[in-house]
Amino acid sequence: MKKRSLLQRSIIIAIVTIVGVYIVIGHHGRRPHLKDFTPSGIKATLATNINLGLDLKGGSHLVMRVKVEDYLKRLTEDSATAAQNAAKDAGFDVKEAHAETAGDYRVVLQAADPSKAKDIREAVQKKVELAENAGWSYSTSGDKLVWTLTGSAQRTLADNATEQALKIIETRINAIGVAEPTLQRRGAQTAHEILLQMPGIQDPEHVKQMLAGQSHLELVHVVSPPSPSPIQTYATKEEAIASLNSGGNIPANRRVLPYIERAELANRNAQDQTNPQKPTKWVVVESPAIIDGAELRSASAAQGRAGSDEYDIQFSLKKSGADKFGTWTGANINEYMGVVLNDEVKSIAFIKSQIFDQGEINGNFSKQSADDLALTLRSGALPAPIQYQEERTVGPSLGADSIRSGVRASLLGLALVVLFMLIYYRGSGINAVVALLLNMVLMIAGLIVFGATLTLPGIAGIILTIGMAVDSNVLIFERIREELRSGKTIPSAVEQGFGHAFITIIDTHVTTIVSSLFLYVFGAGPIRGFAVTLVLGLLVNLFSAVYVSRTIFIWLLSRKGKRVESLSI
Amino acid sequence: MFQVFHGVNVDWLGKRRIFIGLSIALMLAGMGTALYRHKFHPHGTDAFNLGVDFKGGTVVTVRFKNPPTAEQIRAAIDQAGIKDAVIQPVLDRAGEFLIRLPQQAQTQAADPNQAGVDIGRAVVRRALNRFGSETSGDLNSDPNASYKIEGTDAVSAVASAQLRTQAIAVTIAALIGMLIFIAFRFEWTYGAAAVIAVFHTVLVTLGLFSIFQIEINLTVIAALLTLVGFDVNDSIVIFDRIRENRKLYRRMSLYDVTNLSINQTLSRTVITSGLVFLSVIALVLLGGETLRPFSLALLMGIVFGTYDTIAVAGPIMVWWERKLEAANRRAVAAMATSPHARGRGQTSRKEMPSRAARV
Repeated sequence: MKKRSLLQRSIIIAIVTIVGVYIVIGHHGRRPHLKDFTPSGIKATLATNINLGLDLKGGSHLVMRVKVEDYLKRLTEDSATAAQNAAKDAGFDVKEAHAETAGDYRVVLQAADPSKAKDIREAVQKKVELAENAGWSYSTSGDKLVWTLTGSAQRTLADNATEQALKIIETRINAIGVAEPTLQRRGAQTAHEILLQMPGIQDPEHVKQMLAGQSHLELVHVVSPPSPSPIQTYATKEEAIASLNSGGNIPANRRVLPYIERAELANRNAQDQTNPQKPTKWVVVESPAIIDGAELRSASAAQGRAGSDEYDIQFSLKKSGADKFGTWTGANINEYMGVVLNDEVKSIAFIKSQIFDQGEINGNFSKQSADDLALTLRSGALPAPIQYQEERTVGPSLGADSIRSGVRASLLGLALVVLFMLIYYRGSGINAVVALLLNMVLMIAGLIVFGATLTLPGIAGIILTIGMAVDSNVLIFERIREELRSGKTIPSAVEQGFGHAFITIIDTHVTTIVSSLFLYVFGAGPIRGFAVTLVLGLLVNLFSAVYVSRTIFIWLLSRKGKRVESLSI
Repeated sequence: MFQVFHGVNVDWLGKRRIFIGLSIALMLAGMGTALYRHKFHPHGTDAFNLGVDFKGGTVVTVRFKNPPTAEQIRAAIDQAGIKDAVIQPVLDRAGEFLIRLPQQAQTQAADPNQAGVDIGRAVVRRALNRFGSETSGDLNSDPNASYKIEGTDAVSAVASAQLRTQAIAVTIAALIGMLIFIAFRFEWTYGAAAVIAVFHTVLVTLGLFSIFQIEINLTVIAALLTLVGFDVNDSIVIFDRIRENRKLYRRMSLYDVTNLSINQTLSRTVITSGLVFLSVIALVLLGGETLRPFSLALLMGIVFGTYDTIAVAGPIMVWWERKLEAANRRAVAAMATSPHARGRGQTSRKEMPSRAARV
């Protein structure tokens, strides 16, 4: 019975150890060569397996600029549309409305009856944020009502947009899993620049692309005769504009957008002749959109059909968005609705029945681009496009001497712990040290699996975890000593010692795991990473300090036979 | 067997007044200092000495003709009187370095950011003049110049205010999680005592950071989170022993059982804390300037975390349990005299009847 459990335990430990060691020093992604096992080979693989942080290794240094002028332009245009609609809703006749965005930002409304300007203004400002205290100064010239964005309001709005972009980029970079980046604003307040430093990663171009992804999602009403008639599309943009009958201009309450079917799939394998890219068409949609990406609650990539490699994005809406959307779809059965992403119509469908909070973007995406898009949609749309200004590769932020002394001190701490255990617990100290070293290997293996990034404080933290891991061994050994003092035989003292200490160890470990769970649930970014590392250390410790130590004791006692007379502890 | 603390018999709880008094004094001193500094800014200090992570500063881009090493630049900047500068070599442009300075003294300028930037630039120029003079034109065509400052930009804090408030909020959430779990495994009073002890250690550590104006950066926050976990371990080890001993020595009072349990686990407490202390003291003494705030936070956390289990968690738990026992005894007495009150005196506390009988 004993023999079998010893064998079983040894096999489990051997497997875990081999897997752990392989994760740490094995080459991932190719078959190992003989020279991987020379000291320099191991060093080289270690360097590729473990991600080192900015402080130890350096990484990319990116400066981006938030194009706030685009944000202000869009804001002005949206306000013009909204103003026109508000005036019409209130029963006033408006000849024309447009936005002026060269130099100053202006909303211009041309009234059919200039004498009613005051009433129109009142009606518009009741619904649209064009009041003095929102930063718009009002004036009239002839039959035109003009709202101009003041300089100070421009600065405040641009500044807020930059802050918002910073937050969204932070959310995205955390979601991508780039560990320990630094993100900060750079330059004067009016520069709208963001400085990002991130440690060396696999595919920086991909990360850059995702960070700058606009992901501006809108659901719009497509101007077309209702189903079952086909969707009204136009071959060229000019044709679409001409259909509006407004003298070559696009009125503020309409937008002309490109509609590209199956773009993604065609790009992916251009040689696939059975599914050629259809030419770009144009559609006219109503403005403003029914709802936009701000109303999203979640978004995720989903396989289009079972077994296919085409992916769709499924999204659900927040309560407020679902209400708006439900009302609109209820009133527009058989009308066409379009899903617009970054000013491009991705898909058009007619409303079969009232829809509330679920939707889908069918773009025939690849898995990768669907995942990326879902992630950026969840993090929210950037208020304005982002432009990369400069890009550098930078070295470690800590000097070589600082790194050396930090690593040296950490190793010295480890050596002191090992030395003490060997002197104080003698034979059993070896047991504890074996458990410790295994603990360290498994801990590093875990960090590699989770793709964690190692920084200098991180190294010190691992050493501290080792110091705390020794606690389990100390608890067990002290308890065995106590049992021995009270006159128990060695096998029963070991048995009892482990039994009693085990309850305590479980209590202490589970308490910390519970508190880490709270950190994980309520924290974000670095705090989550911290919680994961902590739980990992605790689980590894339960295995090495309790399971492995116990096995070594069982082995020792079984070797000495039934009549054990001494135990080195 | 070579061992320490065998058969100790110290009346730890008897010294509770001194312990609690000392703890309160330490907390008041720390919080008082922080408040005083926050209000009056003696010598330009603030409640806490927040590091570059929380403050922002200036990034100066410099290009050298014959680049010195990062260490030499750091030494030069140190001599110019700026501590905590971060020097990063730019790997894809030969001879270029980024020098990051913490925010310089605020002047009453219209744009404080700009003023800081100008001071930063002046300091860097003063420091770098050791390597030769700066060019006013093109570095390559100017034979006398050895470097050029290519750009100076203000940067904001790395750690947003959001992260700061989040760190505080999640720490409190984690403490509540602990409280609930310990209450589930032991009693509410045990959970409350352990959590109060942890909270006390965090406050004392922060207080000492304020008193000695040690820099607080992101790694210090990580250290504080770590020591929350470490600290509660000690309390649980002793509580576990109390639970076990209460079953063994049914006639002994809680006061004596607690003293006994602390004494029995004393060797473990001293060895574990001592070992962690050893590795942390190695970091403090030899880990270099960069790791110092981090390792000092750990050091304080370990010292006070060990102390507070015996000095704070134990006494609070015993005091609270005794109060509850007294209330319970009254309830039992009331129950015995009035048959109608039966059921009302029963609470969900698991060991209540036996505990009342034991007192």
